[in-house]
Parts: sequence; C-alpha cells; structure tokens
Amino acid sequence: MNSEVCIDPMIPLPARIQRVVWETDDTFTLLVEPKSENGKRFQFSPGQFNMLYAFGIGESAISISSDPLKQNAIAHTIHRLGFVTSELSRLRRGNFIGLRGPFGNGWPVDRVKGMDICIVAGGIGIAPLRPVLYSIFHNRKEYGRIFLLYGARTPLDLLYRVELEQWSKLSDINVLVTVDHSDSSWKGHIGVVTNLFSYITLNTLHTIAMVCGPEIMMKFTIRELQQRGIPLEQIYLSLERNMKCGIGLCGHCQFGPKFVCKDGPVFAYTQVSHFFEKREI
Amino acid sequence: MTSRQPTLKLKSQQLNTLINVIKQRGYTPVGPVVREGSLIYDRLNSADELPRGWTDEQDAATFRLKRRSDNAYFGYNVGQHSWKQFLFLPKVKLFTSIKKGKTFEVIPNSPHEIVQNYAFIGVRPCDLQAIKVQDLVFNNGQFTDPLYKTIRKKNFIAVVNCTQAGGTCFCVSMSSGPRAYRGFDLAMTEVLSGDDHFFTVEVGSKSGAEVMSEIPHDIADQTQIETADKLVERAARQMGRSMDVKDIKEILYANLENKSWDDVANRCLTCANCVMVCPTCFCSTVEDITDVTGEHAERWRRWDSCFTMDFAKVFGGNFRPSSKGRYRQWMTHKLATWIDQFGTSGCVGCGRCITWCPVRIDITEEMRTIRSGAR
Repeated sequence: MNSEVCIDPMIPLPARIQRVVWETDDTFTLLVEPKSENGKRFQFSPGQFNMLYAFGIGESAISISSDPLKQNAIAHTIHRLGFVTSELSRLRRGNFIGLRGPFGNGWPVDRVKGMDICIVAGGIGIAPLRPVLYSIFHNRKEYGRIFLLYGARTPLDLLYRVELEQWSKLSDINVLVTVDHSDSSWKGHIGVVTNLFSYITLNTLHTIAMVCGPEIMMKFTIRELQQRGIPLEQIYLSLERNMKCGIGLCGHCQFGPKFVCKDGPVFAYTQVSHFFEKREI
Repeated sequence: MTSRQPTLKLKSQQLNTLINVIKQRGYTPVGPVVREGSLIYDRLNSADELPRGWTDEQDAATFRLKRRSDNAYFGYNVGQHSWKQFLFLPKVKLFTSIKKGKTFEVIPNSPHEIVQNYAFIGVRPCDLQAIKVQDLVFNNGQFTDPLYKTIRKKNFIAVVNCTQAGGTCFCVSMSSGPRAYRGFDLAMTEVLSGDDHFFTVEVGSKSGAEVMSEIPHDIADQTQIETADKLVERAARQMGRSMDVKDIKEILYANLENKSWDDVANRCLTCANCVMVCPTCFCSTVEDITDVTGEHAERWRRWDSCFTMDFAKVFGGNFRPSSKGRYRQWMTHKLATWIDQFGTSGCVGCGRCITWCPVRIDITEEMRTIRSGAR
C-alpha cells in the first residue's frame, strides 16, 4: 500500500479483528488492531468515532469504546440493526474490517480536571462514554466525585456488565443503574435514567455533565440537570446523525449550522441549545 | 496580479482564436451549447458551437429558448447545468477493494486518472461566485476533497459578464453579479452596437495574460469601456427578482417554527430538482457495489440531496421524515446556516432553483413570506 492511502481520509485501511465480545443479544464489541502506518500508532480521544467498513457492503460510524491508552485493541460496540452492522456481526476473530478515523471531537476530559463528573448514559450511549471513565481512572486524583447514571431497556440490555459490577464495588465512583422494565429477578432501579438523579447530590458549580443516549433521553436529562442548577455550559452531549464521510463534506450529518462529524459528535450543550429541542433539524 | 491591467478589446471574430489558443495550451474548453432545445455546458470545439443568436425566456417552472434579433454569442443567462458537474463530479469511484483471503486490499482511485484541464468559457458572475463558494466547502479546512482540489488547480476561467438579466435572476441581491470583479483568468463583456461586435476583456491572472498575448487584440478605449459598463448596469436594473438579505440568518434562525414552512411543504414535491441545478449544493452519498463473485468491491460517491427520504435516516429512526423538515433544511442551509459554516451565503442568486422547480416554488418569495410573518 502506498503512502497516499493513509493520507486520504476517505480510504479505509484493513484492520484485523482481535476479538468479538457479545454484550447482549443484539449488541457486540469488535476489538480491532489498526495497522500502524509509517510507525504512526492509532491514537484517539474519548468520544471520537471511526467509520467501519464491511467489505463490499458499506460503512457505519461507530464510537470508539476502549481505553485510549490501549492502542493495540480498539473497541467498537455495535448495535446490530442495518446491513452494515449485520455484516459486521457475522465477522470473527482473524477477519478484517476496513477502518477510517478517528474522526470528530471528543469529550473535554482534560479540560475538566478538578471537577466532579456526572456521566449520564442511555442504552448504547454508554459506549462513547466508557473511554472517559478509563481516562478518569488513569488520573483519578485529578478529578472530584464521579457519577455514572446508566439506563437500559431491560437488565438483558445492559452493556459492559462485568465492568459495571467492578466499578460499583469501587468507593471512588458512584454507579447507579436503572432499567425501563424488568421482571422480579431484577433487584435494581426501574424507571427512566433521570429518576436516578434523586439518589445523588450534585455540587452544581463544580459538576461537568457528559450525556449520551437517545435524543429524548438527553432532552429530559438536560432539563433535570438544569433544574438541579447545573449551568448549561457545564453540560456536554454526543449526537448521532447519518454520516457518509466523517469529514464534513457529504452534508448528511448537518444539525443546524453544525456538522456532527467534524464539529461534534460531542458538543457543549450551549453550542447546540438553540436547535436541540426543535423537531427535524 | 499586482498592477492593474488595462481593459482589452477583442473583436468578435477573434473569439474562435481564443478557444483555439486555450486548446493549444492544453485545456479542454467547455461552454454553453444548445442541445435538445435546452442550454447546457459541454465540450466546445469552436466558437461556432456557442448558442449564437439564442436567448432564454425564464420564469418559475419555465425555460424556453428563443431566437434573438442579433447575433450575440452570449445573449442568454444560465440553463439547468452549472460548472459544478466538472469540479464536483456527479459520480466518481473512490476506491476498488479486492478480497485476499481473510483480508482485502483497498486501491484508491487516483484523481490524476480522471482530471481534465478544463477551461470554462462563458462563466456568469453568479456562477463564478458559486465556484468560490464550493472552494470554501471542498478546499478550505481540516479536510479537503483531493479530486476537487486537483481539478480546480488546473482550471481556467473565462467569465462573461451579464448584459441582460434572466427572468429568475437575483444576483444583485446576493452581491454576485452581474459583473465579476476577481477570481477569474479573463472577464469579458460582449458589446453589440450597430455593426460593431466586440468584447471588452479584463485580465485577472498570469494565465489570462498569457492567453491574451497570443490573440490579436487592442486596448479598449474609454467609450468602449463605458458602453460595456452601461450594458452591465442595464442587466442589474433588469433583475426579475430580488431578495432582502438583511439579517437573513437571524430571521431564519428565529423562524424555524414559522407556519409558512407547512404551506411550502404542501406544495413541495421533494423532487430535488432545486438541489441538482443549484451550483453550490454539495451533498453526496456513497454506494458500495460488488461483482457476482463477491471478491471485487467498489465504492462510488454520487451527488445526493437533503430532499431524499433517507438523507437523514439512521437505522432506528429518521431525523427528517417530513417534507416540511426537508424543505426547511434546504432553504435554511442555503440562506442561513451556510453563513455560519463557511462565512458566506450558499445562494448566488442564479435563479435556477426557481426556473427548474416543477411546482413554481420561488426561494425569493418563500423568504419574503418568512420575513413578513417573522416573529
């Protein structure tokens, strides 16, 4: 492969699948080894995404969900929904996918040192937030209190269950999990993720909120945070849109004046608040 | 150019020499030609192929070619084509991918195999502005489109200033015409007065000066320059339409829920004609194909439109399912969010979207409606 290949951001590079982890019935994590070109290792910031190419089928924009310090196994947690993600779900260890990235802006992990961090995730929205938690744990002393509020549809839809278990045992993070509905075998919280705010007390001026999930969930989370006195400029969210290029040229991901792929996917809420509650922007 | 070049005068008989010189310098000349009753841009072999003696009659949902009473070479405005088709190719292969056991090889399509050295002959000032707008989209920022960049680098632009306005033109409102001031190699103004038929020519680049040095020409005198200027001023006064751009971004941002969007959505067919004819619309999609063996795959990029049903669709939902949402996206992007994205309006006032809309939707009228009912 010539050097032009890695310069053109529209050209995917083959990446070997190291491991496939099925998180739930329909959601799996692909751990891939990106090729290091010219000795340049694949590096990313929490919140960035890759375009994953299923040979001959197409591409899907997938958040990176692994530890930024682990550069040899880049994790992508994928909900099997469309043609591309279905094809990706059929791949096994040793198969190859195409990879372009990383693209977009990440969470302001470095800029919010010293603050309390409140992470609010809905469904697969926890995937782009997991690298934030890893980063915080690498420098745990540099942050204040850490909250993880996570909601899924049912207990069977919870992602990263092993880690959730481990994190809940730690004293320096407050993990609260809820599900929309469940049978009596579930002993945890039931209800929407915003209900979990009643179990915590936020230090309003010293808390940064990072939110990712369905837009309706983010909308109500922002309202809840606002009611609890968190200034809007301390709220960050990650948006999802249709993306074909990942580099701000195809036009598909426009959200008002923003290109979600290159201006986001992570935005300070104040950057998008004017459009956020309008339908079909 | 550091020093201001004098305005030159080119006799109309020398127009063909201009095309020949451009060809000799390795360019492929492209310009307006009449095909199947319409005006399009295509390869030009000689000045005889220009739509000499033709003019266009344009109105909302109306385009008709008519004979002129004179022999003007450029006595019409713009057809459904724009120069974008030569710079931002409607369909282009991005790469070929070949299966190799468990992995595959990706072979990028080299831009150098596709690129032509185009010389655009007869670029209207609004369309020159459209090219500058697309330069900001594709060739200015963190990521650029290598193909666009390569084609533009080898591009020669001969503008023809407008001496008459089309029925749907509003370039004066958008400050993009009827005269071009910069960003061209040559800018010509066609003058027919009595038996005299000539072009005044402004040289805008080194390539432009080199081309002119190979063609017999004069220095234009003051009367000739003034005659040309008056014709361009006449075109400015003839504008069939206008758009008030004062605070346009703020007004549109404040009126995303204006009820007039429902009204235009009831008329709009979401056919995407406006996008296809717009010289600045830049959205694209990609298509992946494989051969029957499944071993050989390709990815193609092609023009797309925010009016298509699946434009904002993700698996699990569609962010813009209604025609109201999609028309509003197109118009607010063109006139408002574009300004935040690229520091310029996405509209150049060429009027194509009005002429080619099958149901006579007129962006100038829609904007007026929003403005008059603005909250």
